[in-house]
Amino acid sequence: MCGIVGLLIRDPGLEPQIGSLLAQMLASLGERGPDSAGAAIYSSGDPLSELAGSRAYLDRVRISLASEAPFDWEILRKPFAHIGSGDIGMRTFPTGAWLSVPSCELGAVMEFLSTKAEYFSVIGVGEGLSIIKGIGRPEAINGRFSVDSWRGDMAIGHTRMATESAVTVRHCHPFVPAPDLCIVHNGSFSNHATVRRRLIAEGIDFDSDNDSEVAARLISRQLALGDDLEAATRWVTKEMDGFFTMIITSPEGMSVVRDPFACKPAVVAETCQYVAVASEYRAIAGLPGIEDATVFEPEPEEVYTWKR
Amino acid sequence: METLNCEVLGVREVNRALRRLPARSQVRVTNTYGKHNIAVGLDKEISITLGGNTGYFTGGLGGSSDGTGPDIVVDGFVGWSLAENLMGGSVRVKGSASQSAASSARGGTIIIEGDASLRAGISLKGATLAVAGNVGAMSGFMAQAGTILVGGNAGAGLGDSLYEAVIYVAGSIVSLGADAQVEELSSDDILAIKRLVEITGFDHIDPHRVTRVASARRLYHFSAQNHGSY
Repeated sequence: MCGIVGLLIRDPGLEPQIGSLLAQMLASLGERGPDSAGAAIYSSGDPLSELAGSRAYLDRVRISLASEAPFDWEILRKPFAHIGSGDIGMRTFPTGAWLSVPSCELGAVMEFLSTKAEYFSVIGVGEGLSIIKGIGRPEAINGRFSVDSWRGDMAIGHTRMATESAVTVRHCHPFVPAPDLCIVHNGSFSNHATVRRRLIAEGIDFDSDNDSEVAARLISRQLALGDDLEAATRWVTKEMDGFFTMIITSPEGMSVVRDPFACKPAVVAETCQYVAVASEYRAIAGLPGIEDATVFEPEPEEVYTWKR
Repeated sequence: METLNCEVLGVREVNRALRRLPARSQVRVTNTYGKHNIAVGLDKEISITLGGNTGYFTGGLGGSSDGTGPDIVVDGFVGWSLAENLMGGSVRVKGSASQSAASSARGGTIIIEGDASLRAGISLKGATLAVAGNVGAMSGFMAQAGTILVGGNAGAGLGDSLYEAVIYVAGSIVSLGADAQVEELSSDDILAIKRLVEITGFDHIDPHRVTRVASARRLYHFSAQNHGSY
């Protein structure tokens, strides 16, 4: 069992509230996923700044880092000062950090970070994407990463009850197989080893032995081949065998797909202010205007997409 | 009428309070916000209105083996496994129900005024399930006894591996499951449907124009002809 949520904001007036809405959605799915959780936010500026959309973020890329144990991120400031122009912004949490680096210096920064893999991992990169992952109940993780205060226009999250692989930060969702692409999965795949071997043979690298990462890499491959979000999402129904409700977010928007037997739950709420997807209705019961929302369950094997 | 606030009391306390009520009580439960397990395991004849959308297992395990039990009305939609294993009484949902409505229900009546999602009436064991709208795929799967009435259309694989339950569908059927077959409507069937229409108020259903689906009973025994594949 796991809990998944996705929230696409249509009314910009709601963007400063996205963090508190996401936090409440994740917390309500704590019973579905008490061992660990993860979330990601799409924003034009720093999600924790009052100045969302600040110009300082132009031509910059964000890198999200996570550590299994608390890490003293401040010690990175010194080596950062010597990479490229030395202009690296950093926001830190006990077990995570968000970097903002000039786009042209991404390669150099990533090369430096790869030498520190024993202390932390890079959990995702994107122009407008910031990611967190942590061990524990979602309420605790919300607090650790100030999720309540995030601003942005699209968010995705996952509460995990591990069944197929270990409980570590590295195994947490969302998986970010390509810049600005996030995938969360509730369920389990039975043919993940087979598909993983095939993708590895094609030259695709994996970060973990998590079954959900296989579907994430598959979607990422299809997007790289030129599919749009809807077509890429449909590939999960063609290639993957097992139980799944998946939410995928990309700069294009948000998509949802369920297995042919609809073994894992999903509910969608749509209003002129937002589109919300969650494992269970109680996760969206507290959203503004939910009484008047169009609420429905996605049909099995159908792909639903909403443009950003 | 007594009111119990789910948000203030929590589900466990609400269920305790409902269990303490004497027969013929009337009670309203508010602020349900999609919470699971509301009004489960109750056996007295009380009237309960759930004033909003509820989560999983709403009204489950209710009623007694003599068919009596609480009458529950849900003023909204419900999550998975509505009235699971119901023994008696009734549960009426004003909105739609998610998957596995009335699963394993042995007695009582489950009435859904909207649609029911996949696997409605799965493993039904004697209760009556009436859905005004459509039911999703795999509905009536392995249903052993009881009646399912569908006022709208049925999804794929209807009545797969049915035992002795009977399914009536007023609209179309995407496909029948293994061993399910369409049978001729008898005068007893029409009478039974008429009675159900009266109870449910689903008067858009014409008792003479429904399709009866029941077991072909080909899966009841091993067949010597299939010896090679056993």
